[in-house]
Amino acid sequence: MEATVSMARRISPFLLAILMITLVLSLASIYEGIDAYAKNDSASGSLYLTMGVTTLIITTYLWLQTRRRMLRLSMRMQPINTTLECQKCGFKNVREFQRGDYVFKHMEDQCPKCNEKTMTIGSIFREVKEKVKEAGYS
Amino acid sequence: MLTIQQVSQLLPSADNLLSWILQIVFLAIFVAFMFYGQRFQMLIWMRDIENSIFKLKIMRDEGRKAAITAINEIGKPQVDPTAQVDRFLEYFALPPVDLDPAGIIWRLEHLLDVADARFKADVRLMAPQADETQINNLENTLEVAIDLNIIYKIIRHFYLLGKKTQSLYIIMQVQMILPLFMKEAEAYSSGLKAFQLGQPIGDGAGALVAAKLMRDYEKTKVEKDIVVAKVPIEGRTAYVLKAEGPGANVGKPGEAIKQIMEQNEGKISLAIVIDALGKLEGEKTGEVAEGLGVAIGGPQVDKYKVEETALKYKVPVNAIAIKEDIGDVISPMRKEIFDAVDSVIERIKRLIRERTKEGDFIIIAGIGNSIGIGQ
Repeated sequence: MEATVSMARRISPFLLAILMITLVLSLASIYEGIDAYAKNDSASGSLYLTMGVTTLIITTYLWLQTRRRMLRLSMRMQPINTTLECQKCGFKNVREFQRGDYVFKHMEDQCPKCNEKTMTIGSIFREVKEKVKEAGYS
Repeated sequence: MLTIQQVSQLLPSADNLLSWILQIVFLAIFVAFMFYGQRFQMLIWMRDIENSIFKLKIMRDEGRKAAITAINEIGKPQVDPTAQVDRFLEYFALPPVDLDPAGIIWRLEHLLDVADARFKADVRLMAPQADETQINNLENTLEVAIDLNIIYKIIRHFYLLGKKTQSLYIIMQVQMILPLFMKEAEAYSSGLKAFQLGQPIGDGAGALVAAKLMRDYEKTKVEKDIVVAKVPIEGRTAYVLKAEGPGANVGKPGEAIKQIMEQNEGKISLAIVIDALGKLEGEKTGEVAEGLGVAIGGPQVDKYKVEETALKYKVPVNAIAIKEDIGDVISPMRKEIFDAVDSVIERIKRLIRERTKEGDFIIIAGIGNSIGIGQ
């Protein structure tokens, strides 16, 4: 099961105002930096550019954070398998789980190999494919 | 030493108004972070909690919906069960007084019995067409829905309390414990489907071991939903017991073990209790470990009964644990857990050979929920 839900958010006007002010200031700072470099004042230029770019990045990040977001709920279920075993010849058959299955249930199905009605549910399980870590403690 | 002239060079010139504004604003931001840094941090944490509460709400609603759907599908009720399910979600049981702990186990057992009877009676009313196995499965589905509702409400309570009081410490504690609650809620959420469909869950590992041992032998039903079979193993006689399946059931294994020990007048050489055990991070799912003591989880009533009786008759109690993550306990059983069963049986046989003599009587108890596991 995997659910994707849109999470509507109302952006606070106060936060929006702050974001606008910081955006304007960061752009002004970048302008000042370029202007300072043009006047061969590299010390001031670096300072203003660093401040401007940093503020611009932070502002953009905050703006992205406040946008309408998609929430993905990680509840993906792995398929559940049922193993049918013949008690006489040992034939095994794996199929998807069906409602009413339980471990050690005697089935009415005939064994495809020996044609006897000796099929039993041997196991019901889900297989999880885990990512193998190459380094680390485990 | 910096001269005044050198310091003044760091400041913008008087004719550059924009530079002055920038300097003042950045200084203001610096001061604001100095005084309100914690408040900003709190806002970020509150945002995290809000997102998690939103997820929890979805899980809670899914749980409620799953319970209603299962009741309608299986129980075929005459009236819409929604109102009854909503009432059920708010159900609570108050623990007994522990100020005077003497006799608390018996009072707790009585409370649990009453709660179980009440749950079953309510489910029967909601789902009149359901058989006993389905009643048990529906009861467990509703219990999962209740647990999801409780987790959602608790987190929401502390979030709102922290927000109301503007307490950094309340918000901080909620944010720190949140990953554990989310993990538990996700486990419950994935367990819903298992209970609805009657699939074996990770908690049933012990019951599965017992089921495999007693498979071809005659079974008798003993104390509350427990089945026992007399199984010859390695020249000894083993009383193998588990909760009756394939419905969702944990039974009262403690009472059953107590009865078997008393019926045999304590002439039991060894008791082996097998159960699922929460693994530590880094350990593998399905790892098997041996130890001493009564490996029975839950409200401790059964554990207490076995400890008391084992002490009375001086019966050594060994434990075998199958390790699994909290998320796997109520989710459909993983292949690794299923594969561990044979290894557990080998360990049981080795323990019996090493610790007992031929002709001895032993008890093998497979603990856990028998949902999806016959016998």
